[in-house]
Amino acid sequence: MDNRPLSPHLTVYKPQITSVLSIFHRITGAGLAVSTVLVVLWLASLAIGEVTFKGFNNFLNNPFILIVLVSSLWALWYHFCTGLRHLYWDMGYGYDLKSVTISGWVAVICSFVLTFLTLLFFIS
Amino acid sequence: MVELRLPKNSRVTEGITWEKPSEAENVQEVRIYRYNPEDGENPRLDTFFVDLDKCGPMILDALIKIKNEIDPTLTFRRSCREGICGSCSMNIGGVNTLACLKGIKEFKGPISIYPLPHLPVIKDLVPDLKQFYKQHASIKPWLETFTDEPNEEWLQSEADRKELDGLYECVMCACCSTSCPSYWWNGDKYLGPAALLHAYRWIIDSRDQDRKNRLDDLNDSFKLYRCHTIMNCAKACPKGLNPAKAIAEIKKLQLQKS
Repeated sequence: MDNRPLSPHLTVYKPQITSVLSIFHRITGAGLAVSTVLVVLWLASLAIGEVTFKGFNNFLNNPFILIVLVSSLWALWYHFCTGLRHLYWDMGYGYDLKSVTISGWVAVICSFVLTFLTLLFFIS
Repeated sequence: MVELRLPKNSRVTEGITWEKPSEAENVQEVRIYRYNPEDGENPRLDTFFVDLDKCGPMILDALIKIKNEIDPTLTFRRSCREGICGSCSMNIGGVNTLACLKGIKEFKGPISIYPLPHLPVIKDLVPDLKQFYKQHASIKPWLETFTDEPNEEWLQSEADRKELDGLYECVMCACCSTSCPSYWWNGDKYLGPAALLHAYRWIIDSRDQDRKNRLDDLNDSFKLYRCHTIMNCAKACPKGLNPAKAIAEIKKLQLQKS
């Protein structure tokens, strides 16, 4: 009976707001760990001296890296918002499905609004 | 372990398309996962057409109609047909639920029906729930007492009894546990939402005298803490219960204990 097939799981389960937000919390967390390396390198270049710092800034100033930076910014805010949601849950609140759905959407919307506001702040 | 692809013997192939009922106006397409342990073939996805004008309103009615009139070998569990026994749990339209509580009209377009996710399949829509029941047994789902038996019943105040509401109603259909990605990847060590909901049901029972041991048994990075509050369990539960909340309460009690 060992060769019983395994029933389909990930590929057939309909994406739920619950599981999708959860996996994005994890993906953004992992992604932020990587982009932190970029920040550390940036600080290191600053410590090395003006020439290196300017060189590094030139490297950062290309469209691909900018996309990475902006998505890291969104990831930071998203992870922050869903992280607050997790802390709230850990205290034992907000488990009914209605609250879960509302807090989920609030976290998603906030992550985009906060990203936008941060960008505005940097550009102005 | 996270494994995104199904093992070779589990990949679903295209199945038989069964004949459409002639002269039916109101036809529903239903795609059903089939697996026959005796033919040595991979599982397949069969397509059936059900005449809704001659069928009851629920998915279970459609399954019974298919079994009666189209393919008598179609295999699935069912009993009470009213959400009390928890037998006809399966993945319908991508979400775990009881076939007897799900209306056919709730869906638009073809309806896909699979067995509960990430379990060994015995035949068609019948998965092997051995591990699931073993985990339930492991949380000692009974009253543990050490003091002398009372002359009559073990009494409980109305307020204490109320604590069990939202827990005792669980019918062990396994919809929650098999909707949980964490349970998919670590179902061998993580107890899963259903067993943990039951664990909490006995932990907070005012008549139970083994709370400390129960909590100690659960205080394990896999048994309890593989719950990452994904909340698919509460979303799937056909009885409207909230295993995630019960698990959170256990985690809180673990903190209070230490």
